Amino acid sequence: MVSLAEIKKSFLIAIWFIFLTFPIMVIRVNTVHNLIEWRWRNMILVGIGSFILSFFWRHLFKKKERKGPEKPKIPALVKRISDDRRLFLPVITGIASFIVLFPFLFSMYQTNIMVSALIYVMLGLGLNIVVGLAGLLDLGYVAFYAVGAYAYALLNYHFGIGFWFALPIGGLLGAMFGILLGYPVLRLRGDYLAIVTLGFGEIIRLILENWNDFSFGPSGIANIPRPSLFGLEMSIETHTIYIYFLMICLVLFTIFVVNRLQNSRIGRAWIALREDEIACQAMGIDKTKTKLTAFALGATWAGMGGVVFAAKTTFINPVSFTIWESIIILCIVVLGGMGSIIGVISGALVLILLPEYLRAFSEYRMLVFGTMLVVMMLFRPGGLIPDVRKAYQFKKRNMES
Amino acid sequence: MTAPVLAVKKLSMTFGGLQAINRLDMDIHAGEIVALIGPNGAGKTTFFNCVTGIYTPTEGDILITPPQKKTQRINGLKPNQVTERGMARTFQNVRLFQNMTVLENVMIGRHCRLSAGIAGAIFRGRSTRMEEEQVVKDSYAILEKLTLTKFVNELAANLPYGAQRRLEIARAMATEPFLLLLDEPAAGMNPQETKELDDLIVWIRDTENISILLIEHDMKLVMSLSDRIFVMDYGKKIAQGTPEEIKSNPVVIKAYLGEEFDAFT
Repeated sequence: MVSLAEIKKSFLIAIWFIFLTFPIMVIRVNTVHNLIEWRWRNMILVGIGSFILSFFWRHLFKKKERKGPEKPKIPALVKRISDDRRLFLPVITGIASFIVLFPFLFSMYQTNIMVSALIYVMLGLGLNIVVGLAGLLDLGYVAFYAVGAYAYALLNYHFGIGFWFALPIGGLLGAMFGILLGYPVLRLRGDYLAIVTLGFGEIIRLILENWNDFSFGPSGIANIPRPSLFGLEMSIETHTIYIYFLMICLVLFTIFVVNRLQNSRIGRAWIALREDEIACQAMGIDKTKTKLTAFALGATWAGMGGVVFAAKTTFINPVSFTIWESIIILCIVVLGGMGSIIGVISGALVLILLPEYLRAFSEYRMLVFGTMLVVMMLFRPGGLIPDVRKAYQFKKRNMES
Repeated sequence: MTAPVLAVKKLSMTFGGLQAINRLDMDIHAGEIVALIGPNGAGKTTFFNCVTGIYTPTEGDILITPPQKKTQRINGLKPNQVTERGMARTFQNVRLFQNMTVLENVMIGRHCRLSAGIAGAIFRGRSTRMEEEQVVKDSYAILEKLTLTKFVNELAANLPYGAQRRLEIARAMATEPFLLLLDEPAAGMNPQETKELDDLIVWIRDTENISILLIEHDMKLVMSLSDRIFVMDYGKKIAQGTPEEIKSNPVVIKAYLGEEFDAFT
């Protein structure tokens, strides 16, 4: 039952929340009549609301503690689907047909949002290599995205190079810049690494903003051609659908490669590096090489994502590549579940699509979004769908001997 | 007589003004179990770190002679290069890869004996697939030897302490060393576990032909295991010899029990 102590606690919480929200919820300056309105009704509502919610909040925490350490419910579900043939096929066909039909079922606006979300899926999977697998906290990831976008825009502007040619070049340039950043930060870890990568991201953005002769400064580059398909003329609608399917293919390609890397000798070395750098070296893993491959392979996807971004929006300027983008991508990885491919995909979809569909809450949109992040991290610190290590099966014969 | 598998000559390590190791000489021959003992802060772990490449020694030579190979100097090599050349180590406080499974931990040990690169990982050709199958098989075989198979797919963090210690040894053995360096392998173990460790170390030496150098504070274990013992204090070697010689060496007794001991004898 509810004890007196709990009621007292909730009462204090209610008072605290009234105090916190007083300036925005209660006082309103009416500039037309030069009056100050006192909305006392809001204060009472906030008080009652937080009083009731605090009970609910405590109940959730108690439930979590009673359950003990986090149980991976969703991974178990994913695993059951992938293991059971009867479940696996219908689920996969269902998802696949939804993906294929999406641009025809929904408006062009929706498809466009989906394309952005898919670009972020790709970026998230790329950063997942660096942060999730190799454990190198990179806050300047957007720099490689910018490198890819500007590579396509400038190569096209000066040499008329097309999208399909620019895509691998963007990836390659991303990888090169990844090594360029990786080399000086080999000795750094954790917070220190985060600060240096943050600086690197800002340097790239500032160069793009100020080196007018090279990047056209803040005015950016316009009229970047959309991707072509055997020189066919396409309307904007068909082009959107085309880019949508192109992104689906690229994302599938990314998943394929990242999945294979993750379960390989190199992927294991990355995870070992994340877990314990000294032990990892003592076990014969070349730290330098492992870190550089992580930076390079992570940045490749950002470079390619940048090329698609430039082709999709047909206009780029440095404003698209601020630190905020890096943080969003990092949130995708952490919220989705570090090191988990399905986690990162769902993280990207939630983080990019949610703010769009939260427009119903209009001005409270970002507030709701922020609250969800906080709640999420409190109740599922491992992310939406945490990583599950691969289990190997051995024959009974081996087990007995 | 063949060259010692590990020969350390006049090794010195200075941190700023602190002389952690002072002109230390040591040699280990093939098939020996050698213990390195000394009071806390004597420089034993620093010595391990110098030999395995975590620190670069200020002076002196570290020479290794792998079986059927020439003697080579390994000062200044990186830890992974030292491991590639056949010396593996464990750590004083267990340093497993906590969020990887037991099998994966051992597979990491195999890393430097494999060759698959990025392209191999992505295209997963025949050679990569075969290599992967082999590494799983080999790693499992090592787990079998150390009776860890029942934990094979458990996360390393969830293992009982004694098993974690064994897994660290398994992981080191996976690198195919000719010399195994164990840093306080019995720390925190109960008498039963220590007894098992004793048997395990002898078994590793006898059946796997791996020479062993260990740092240990458990004197019972050291005396029963070692062929020879080196004693360090304040960065210097103060004695060396068989367990019997060390037990009755007055210098060693003084180092362990302090100056006052003289007054009572």
